Amino acid sequence: MNKKHLFDYIISIADNSLILAQRLGELCGHGPTLETDIAGTNIALDLIGQTRNYYQYAAQIQGEGKTEDDLAFLRLEREYKNVLLVEQPNEHFGYVMGRQFLFDVYHLLFMNELLKSKDETLAAIAKKGIKEVSYHKRFSGDWVKRLGDGTEESNQKMQEAIDELWAYTDELFDQPEADKTMIAEGVAVDTLKFKETYYEEVSTLLKEANLQVPESKYFIRGGKTGVHSEFMGYILSDMQYMQRTYPNMEW
Amino acid sequence: MSNEQIKNLEEIFEARIARDEKIEPKDWMPEKYRKTHIRQMSQHAHSEIVGMLPEGNWISRAPSLRRKAALLAKVQDEAGHGLYLYSACETLGISRDELYEQLHSGKAKYSSIFNYPTVTWADMGAIGWLVDGAAIINQVPLCNTSFGPYARAMVRVCKEESFHQRQGFEIMHKLCNGTPEQKDMAQDALNRWWWPSLMMLGPTDAESIHTEQSMKWKLKRKSNDELRQQFIDQTVPQADVLGLTIPDKDLKWNEEKGSYDFGEIDWDEFWQVVKGHGPSNKKRMKARVGAWEEGAWVRDAAMAHAEKKEANKLKKAI
Ligand SMILES: [Fe+2]
Ligand SMILES: [Fe+2]
Ligand SMILES: [Fe+2]
Repeated sequence: MNKKHLFDYIISIADNSLILAQRLGELCGHGPTLETDIAGTNIALDLIGQTRNYYQYAAQIQGEGKTEDDLAFLRLEREYKNVLLVEQPNEHFGYVMGRQFLFDVYHLLFMNELLKSKDETLAAIAKKGIKEVSYHKRFSGDWVKRLGDGTEESNQKMQEAIDELWAYTDELFDQPEADKTMIAEGVAVDTLKFKETYYEEVSTLLKEANLQVPESKYFIRGGKTGVHSEFMGYILSDMQYMQRTYPNMEW
Repeated sequence: MSNEQIKNLEEIFEARIARDEKIEPKDWMPEKYRKTHIRQMSQHAHSEIVGMLPEGNWISRAPSLRRKAALLAKVQDEAGHGLYLYSACETLGISRDELYEQLHSGKAKYSSIFNYPTVTWADMGAIGWLVDGAAIINQVPLCNTSFGPYARAMVRVCKEESFHQRQGFEIMHKLCNGTPEQKDMAQDALNRWWWPSLMMLGPTDAESIHTEQSMKWKLKRKSNDELRQQFIDQTVPQADVLGLTIPDKDLKWNEEKGSYDFGEIDWDEFWQVVKGHGPSNKKRMKARVGAWEEGAWVRDAAMAHAEKKEANKLKKAI
């Protein structure tokens, strides 16, 4: 088994959860209701929990004595492999829920496949995460419905968010080299298997929410190969601030 | 009701409290009791949610994944505290929207401690250790207060606050056993949070209003000065364990009274912050009002959606 590819593969999954949690964490205390603040924090906590499991495992595979925090905080921007979708900013609550929903539908389909991985550790992480992720999907899906159906203003805002975020959905299914080798080994998830299901599920809910399914076929990609949006540098400068300013310390 | 009858009811009411019975929302209560409870409980609820902001300020910069998760969980607990306290308040016939309106207009107060900025990671330790620590001292006696919903909320809240207090102490402990820079960071945080934490226990007894009535209703069981002394006596040995110096040159053990003597509190600073002129008052209020205003379309949408769903259900039923 190609250790480097397995490592890269795990990192790319972990980074999605980490960066999305980071975005959700920015919102804590600033949401439209106390209940949504609590739920958003819950989701962030679940994602951080998953991320820690992945990084711990990746560090073990790498075998260089690194910790979960070395991997989470001390890489260069180009070394983060999260999809562009999760780094998009919290422009308004419709964006936050739209981003979450477009990711959650993918995430649950992904976890259901990861469950069957030949890699027992990854399968175990998936098993633990599935319940959490199905809750996330229900929560974000319900909000997309509420906002899509609610008022004229909310419908417009939700539509605008979905239209913009749509461009980042195709990248979810990209398979860089590490993915391909790991799929061949029966370790990684073949995302193409459920791409159609993804768009069906998303479209069904959007219609139910009185929203248009975007028709645009222009997609933006890059995160999975480490080419991020301009937002990423700022996310990292916050996230890495302590570890960079005070190197080699324990907290 | 005649004045005579009201007087009778009041006597029965006070006697129930004296017998340690709980007053429940549906029970008869004097108007003043209701108002006082709305004021105190909502002030407490507001403190919980404004208190999310200074710590929320460090979620995106927490130094490790473990600390990030713990901080998120802590801020989430505070939101939960806000939620039970608002709900307890609502049992007295006031809506959450009205309570928010009072906070946003400046009519209602919240704990002044949250008007200080969190400038380093060590502030997360100092807040947990000192601010949650002082909150516990204030709140433990309220677990036996006379109003049932408040007392029950406090039991749950206090359990979580003591967890926060230990977690804050543990952050400080780690810093104090780390590098010299980390230890300096911890000392600096203690220097900045010590005096505001003492002020958290309220104005000195000579200047404190509402106390006598509050004692009778078990909203208050000890005076502010007694609580403050208790906090100092409890916290100084903890600072010793950490190897940190309390920033008070007059602090000294008094063998005779069996407690610490301490220096003069700068009450001018206290009143300045209470009156809205602390370092972060404006920022905190802008954040709360901003979240509320920017969230209005979301709340409206949720309401409209719920109404449509209800209407559809009715249609189907017919
Ligand atoms: Fe609290
Ligand atoms: Fe509190
Ligand atoms: Fe707390």
